[in-house]
Amino acid sequence: MACENNQLLLDGYFDGELDLVRNLEFEEHVKTCPDCAGELADKKSMRDSLRAANLYERAPEGLRARIRASLPAGARPQPIPMPRRPVLEWLAVAAAILIAVFLGAKVLPNIGGQREDLVAEEIVASHIRSMQPGHLYDVESTDQHTVKPWFDGKLDFAPPVVDLKEQGFPLVGGRLDYVDHRNVAALVYQRRKHFINVFIWPEESKGAKLADVQTIQGYNLVSWSHDGMHFCAASDLNIAEIRQFAGLLEQ
Amino acid sequence: MEEKRGSGQVGSFEQVVLPHLDAAYNLARWLVRNPHDAEDIVQEAYLRAFKFFGGYQGGDARAWVLKIVRNTSYSFFEKNRPAELAEEFDEKVHTASTTEEPGAEATLLKSADSRMLREALDELPVNFREVLVLRELEGMSYKEIAEVTSVPIGTVMSGLARARTQLRERLLRTRAKEEQRGLRK
Repeated sequence: MACENNQLLLDGYFDGELDLVRNLEFEEHVKTCPDCAGELADKKSMRDSLRAANLYERAPEGLRARIRASLPAGARPQPIPMPRRPVLEWLAVAAAILIAVFLGAKVLPNIGGQREDLVAEEIVASHIRSMQPGHLYDVESTDQHTVKPWFDGKLDFAPPVVDLKEQGFPLVGGRLDYVDHRNVAALVYQRRKHFINVFIWPEESKGAKLADVQTIQGYNLVSWSHDGMHFCAASDLNIAEIRQFAGLLEQ
Repeated sequence: MEEKRGSGQVGSFEQVVLPHLDAAYNLARWLVRNPHDAEDIVQEAYLRAFKFFGGYQGGDARAWVLKIVRNTSYSFFEKNRPAELAEEFDEKVHTASTTEEPGAEATLLKSADSRMLREALDELPVNFREVLVLRELEGMSYKEIAEVTSVPIGTVMSGLARARTQLRERLLRTRAKEEQRGLRK
């Protein structure tokens, strides 16, 4: 039996369904709790057996044809195309922010928008959103060895994760984000009272190339490429310090 | 094919719903526990899905289909086997905890063969069977299972915990019985 307090969390942990902070806490707990470690081993064995046992029941031959035949002929109703994926919903929010920007502040001079501008806008929107309570990071840690493994299996690339505490930019967390139609890593660093979001994704030939430095809605964006990865740091910090930070990251 | 699932793209009934036929049959088969009824249920569920397809607004098509299959199966139970839905497993009596060292059961569980697992799973009450099938055979996330079974995600988590405990107890009991009868070493 798992220890009392963790009986409920254990299955969530086993299934990789805990939120990231709890997941890390549980991971630490298991290291010092033989009961929970044993319980996890049991669950793992049972899952392995279940998977090896070939219990999946595939539809028999002919069922597909029978179903086709039983459907009313001709009529093929088309559903209303209305994607409801969270990511797309979020994109819709980003789009709404963009429209607000177009209509209101006229920050973007060229309506119709270059892709680069859209990506930059996405990053700023994401940065602003991350500043809202509870959104800054999925995994809160000042330890690069905790943040880095967290991304394993969640992204199709391994973002470089370094702590710059000694240089005055402590790493405070990380999360998954979505920019330019792909999942990206977002690392969160702190400089005094300011936060810096660093968005990282692999360089692609057809990917957007962001301007080295730009300011959108009062936020500064510094972009660069290094070792096949594209980086974009967003913050309300001044450009000089973001550049200094970028320089440190590249080392 | 699986990656495309739920990407928000909406196509014809043929493109969206028919690819999940195996998943539909697998769930129905494990819920009603016989191939003949399972086929009937899947066929009826697909007719319902066809009828409701105009209201399908994109999203996770597999969860959408399986929810219909599940509802159809439960209607079948209500009509034909009402006792099964009332089936409540008395966990307190049956889950007498083993006194073995933590993890010592792992070896036993690992060697559980296909027949033992099938029987143990088949014996579980229907609500436990369904979460295990959706999670372990269908590989669904808690969120997807919650959608299929119309319960909160927290309930999925606690249901799975209880279902796994029961499955384990059954496996260990079967194992012990067979050892007594000398069927296994």
